Amino acid sequence: MGKQIMIDPITRIEGHAKISLHLDDSGVVDEARMHVTQFRGFEKFCEGRPFYEMPSLMARTCGICPVSHLVAAAKACDDLYSVQIPEAAVMLRRMINLAQIMQSHALSFFYLSSPDLVFGMDADPAMRNLFGVHAQDPQLMRDGIRLRQIGQQIIELLGGKRIHPSWVVPGGVNAPLTEEHRDTILAVLPEAKALAQRTLRWYKKIMKQFKPEIDTFANFPSLYLGLVDKLGNLEHYDGNFRMMDAAGNIIIDQFDTLRYAEIIEEAVEPWSYMKFPYYKSLGYPRGMYRTGPLARLNIIDACGTPMADDELEEFRGGSTKPVQSSFHYHWARLIEILFAVERIEDILTTKRVMTKHVRAYATPNSFDGIGVTEAPRGSLIHHFKIDEQGLVTWANLIIATAHNNLAMNRGILQAAKTFVDGNHLKEGMLNRVEAVIRAFDPCLSCSTHAAGQMPFHVELVAPDGELLDEVKRGV
Amino acid sequence: MSDQTVSIKTLKIDGRDVSARADETILAVAQQNGIDIPTLCHLDGLTPVGACRLCLVEIAGSNKLLPACVTTVREGMEVFTESEKLNRYRKMILELLFSERNHICAVCVSNGHCDLQDLAVRLGVDFIRYPYLHPVEKVDASHDRFVQDDNRCVLCGRCVRVCGELEGAHTWDFMGRGVQTRVITDLDTPWGESDSCTRCGKCVHVCPTGALIEKGRSVAEMAKRRQFLPYLTLMRQEDQQ
Repeated sequence: MGKQIMIDPITRIEGHAKISLHLDDSGVVDEARMHVTQFRGFEKFCEGRPFYEMPSLMARTCGICPVSHLVAAAKACDDLYSVQIPEAAVMLRRMINLAQIMQSHALSFFYLSSPDLVFGMDADPAMRNLFGVHAQDPQLMRDGIRLRQIGQQIIELLGGKRIHPSWVVPGGVNAPLTEEHRDTILAVLPEAKALAQRTLRWYKKIMKQFKPEIDTFANFPSLYLGLVDKLGNLEHYDGNFRMMDAAGNIIIDQFDTLRYAEIIEEAVEPWSYMKFPYYKSLGYPRGMYRTGPLARLNIIDACGTPMADDELEEFRGGSTKPVQSSFHYHWARLIEILFAVERIEDILTTKRVMTKHVRAYATPNSFDGIGVTEAPRGSLIHHFKIDEQGLVTWANLIIATAHNNLAMNRGILQAAKTFVDGNHLKEGMLNRVEAVIRAFDPCLSCSTHAAGQMPFHVELVAPDGELLDEVKRGV
Repeated sequence: MSDQTVSIKTLKIDGRDVSARADETILAVAQQNGIDIPTLCHLDGLTPVGACRLCLVEIAGSNKLLPACVTTVREGMEVFTESEKLNRYRKMILELLFSERNHICAVCVSNGHCDLQDLAVRLGVDFIRYPYLHPVEKVDASHDRFVQDDNRCVLCGRCVRVCGELEGAHTWDFMGRGVQTRVITDLDTPWGESDSCTRCGKCVHVCPTGALIEKGRSVAEMAKRRQFLPYLTLMRQEDQQ
């Protein structure tokens, strides 16, 4: 009989989860699973509610990426209306989504993962946290906080408030952009660009110290899924699906997102509250794919903005094959921050974004509505069915993080096999397993927990229940 | 005629000497003198019913709390509109209202334009001590212009009164008793099938919460417009004279 190691909870992630590592008789890791231990039930309790509540209601799924849910649900409502929303509304929604990606990526990189990057995986956990980073490299911490602040401020200037704005509505947005707010946003963008570039320079320097991790943090062939625009470039608001295989071949292109159910199916496992989506044609679990920053940068032809395209070239290193290591989600995240700043600047310097016509009024013309966007963590799908009164009868949400569920589980197994010695546990071994999850930046629900401060308890238990070894922190 | 002579009473509200016509309520006199008593079921222009009990006041010499909206003034009365006890009762009433139905402000179309929410803020309700009942309530969106959401209803009866007294349609009324009470259209038929509803929308605009709303409004967009009420009330009074 083998033994089991529990990492519960996983720290410095968004939401609640634990990892179980199953050891064989010789103490070698045999199986690894990430259990998402919380249950939200949004798909169920929205039933019976009017469709127009969905953007705000679904946004409550999360306090970090509410804008993504707001936008995806509003797009699903547009689809219920069966209308084309005004061009300025598209631009404004695209911008608030980019600002959201900017602040969420900054949160993931600086608040959650930078302690591992600054101090290394084996460092003393007492230091390996946000405050430790601040003491070691105050400039880095300031850059991170400022970048996140700028993203949040743009959301506030557009949507009226930073968290859960109700500005994005079915049919568009409920107020046009003012010149004053446009100018305020334009004024902070050069600083954001400089901060993103400085962080990229730093990351490319320290990345070299993490070769073992790069080699083993979910570094395996998989499919990649994301949205691309009509030209095949980076797209976060609209566009169509593209899927790439491990060899870099595009196997699905310009696939209408409304037909998502033809390519994606969801499996359920008894040990996790998170579903396991997979690519239908390959079946479960072979149809494993990844989404999010790494996948997006893999599938696109180009970013479409000059600075981000320069960085993309370096990211790809001249190879035509996709970048496989999930450690590079971090790098991809920084490039996307830079892209978001550049793209927001592009949009704000057009005249059309100032148009006052920002909302289409309609009543539902369809009983079925689908909205798809790119959230910080990947493709986000909202699908609602309504009755003739406009009340929701059924909802399906495929959250960005869930797409990565299969890959995350395989990723922790790969890292655990490499780093974890079941016969003698060290905190740093387990931290590496957690860091794989952090690289994916899963948003398991709602809120971030204290960086590095959460109680952490790993027990090594023999089959007869005898406690063989344990590691504790902050309990 | 002697019954047309106006009898004036003098009284004290919160220590201030005020005077009033004999047929006026404490609430009306307080409002005339800039003393703001919290109300919910009351709306100027509709018959006061004293249903919500938020306007309870203390009166010297009486051990009972009396609703200011339906209590007429008396000579020498001494009224207190604010006290620790009153505040405690008012908060309790609001907490009971919140716990009785599903008031989810964050996703409500009336968020930011809601009398119940404003009262909770004003009275400092930051915690509900009672267990939520979480009733399963219907949403009636059968009307092509309006929606009735029982989850947000506080049974103030403003819709019932405005429909009966001003519009003269009497589409709305109460059904059931106690915690089971519901407002209904006609004989509990879907609103969209109501024969008596004139589609005037007055009920929607007097509703204090998001229980009666216009279709097409998104979250936090349902601001109620009540400017019509004083005008219509004045017209009705002139007609009656």
